[in-house]
Amino acid sequence: MDINQIQTQLNSLNGWQAKYREIMLLGKKLPSLPDALKTQDAQVQGCESNVWLHLDLDENQERLVIIADSDTRIVKGLLAIILACYNNLLPQEAKLVDAYALFEEMGLIQHLSPSRGNGVKAIVERIQTQISAFQ
Amino acid sequence: MIEQLRKDFPLLQTHIDEQPLCYFDSAATTQKPQCVIDAVNKFYRQDNANVHRGAHTLSAAATTQYESVRNKLAQFLNVSQREIVWTKGATESLNLIAYGLSEKLNQNDVILISPLEHHANIVPWQQVAHRTGAKLELLPVSKQGILDLEASKTLISAKKPKILSICHASNALGNIHDIAALIQVAKQFDTITVIDGAQSLLHLRPDLSAMGCDFFVFSAHKALGPTGLGGLFGRYELLNSMPVYQTGGEMIERVSFSGTTFREAPGKFEPGTPNISGVIGFGAALDYLDAIDANTLAHHEASLYHYLVNALKKIDGISIWGDTERNIGVVSFTYKNEHHFDIATFLNTYGVAVRSGHHCTQPLMDHLSLQGTVRISLAFYNSYQDVDILIDALKNTIDMLEE
Repeated sequence: MDINQIQTQLNSLNGWQAKYREIMLLGKKLPSLPDALKTQDAQVQGCESNVWLHLDLDENQERLVIIADSDTRIVKGLLAIILACYNNLLPQEAKLVDAYALFEEMGLIQHLSPSRGNGVKAIVERIQTQISAFQ
Repeated sequence: MIEQLRKDFPLLQTHIDEQPLCYFDSAATTQKPQCVIDAVNKFYRQDNANVHRGAHTLSAAATTQYESVRNKLAQFLNVSQREIVWTKGATESLNLIAYGLSEKLNQNDVILISPLEHHANIVPWQQVAHRTGAKLELLPVSKQGILDLEASKTLISAKKPKILSICHASNALGNIHDIAALIQVAKQFDTITVIDGAQSLLHLRPDLSAMGCDFFVFSAHKALGPTGLGGLFGRYELLNSMPVYQTGGEMIERVSFSGTTFREAPGKFEPGTPNISGVIGFGAALDYLDAIDANTLAHHEASLYHYLVNALKKIDGISIWGDTERNIGVVSFTYKNEHHFDIATFLNTYGVAVRSGHHCTQPLMDHLSLQGTVRISLAFYNSYQDVDILIDALKNTIDMLEE
């Protein structure tokens, strides 16, 4: 699913139980990282749960490839949404994408506890910092 | 009766996402009865003035009200009012005591705590140990998270600690400790005993004279009072022998540029303008508690707790941690390998407020080999209906997670 489909799908659901269920299902579709990739370097600081994230360019050294995982189902679902925002973009395109603003738009930030909301912020900041390193 | 008492708590009537709030996070902070809210409000509307200074009517009235709460609390705890120091919370109280006792510590002296302690009863001692060369050691706790009382007594006798600091009841698991038995042993070795009563003040209403501890700390907001206020009891001679913790106005006897003399305890530990409205609000909380029979509340809490534990035990895959026999009404649980955050987040969508995480007890979680738990903490204002809603919500949550 691309990010527009995710957004439409989430907006069509009524109530938080249904929305979280959908987020969790998105997380389920995201492949798990092997333990060897769950390194301390890959860990995103500022999240209450464990989040690991790797970012690189594809074999042509053009487009972004981000893989990530979390030990909680909901945060893994949030990661799936964030990855849908950035994956396969050119770094200069990705720089203009603000996934945090999108979460705010979907009302997700307000509903998640601040530490979790900040988790989303920390993940997005991490991605942006790593993208800047490519340029 | 409980239905009647619930009406005294305005926030219990609120809704979360259009569902009635089921508040199960009283170990973090209790809800406040209307009388506490009114007392704080009335103070600022009608009585606001600074205390211990000024000859004007308002200041005198504020001072009288403020000091009368110290007296009220002293009676509640069965100690003398000059043994009560106001602080901003149990954390500050523990820091004050740890700092104050550090002068009495020498290299290799033992400070004994339990693995069940809140970070606030670990870190100040760790810092003091680091500065003085004293050793911080631990009482024995089972794999389930229960203090081994007999082995603890033996360890106290063997270690002859300078200080024993332990919670009356665990915040993460709710276990009640047999404090009197531990103090009895500790006294044989002149050990200074510090009791973290943050979780016990409301549920157990301890009689400190009977308990025989040297220090006892608490937070007002965990016992129906306002946030930002707490305090400590200190056996007077010992309390007054400690050096001042913070300095400034109010706590002095006489200041000149050649030197300063301090007031006697408790004054010397209360620099600056105190949390006057907090103290007055807490006074209303104590009046509220005094007016209700403690046994009735304790009986309701115990029945509700067993009702909850039995319902949880019927759900396959739930593990309950800690002591379910002697407990203040806290259930810390995990469900299979599911993350506590996912469970708590789904419960919240049903209006059910629980705490998830390590509960400021990371060493305990390490001991239990857990990342964290979901914590349900009860207070007397919780009803059977609250528990039924919680159990239904939990079953739905589990169905969702198992999908």
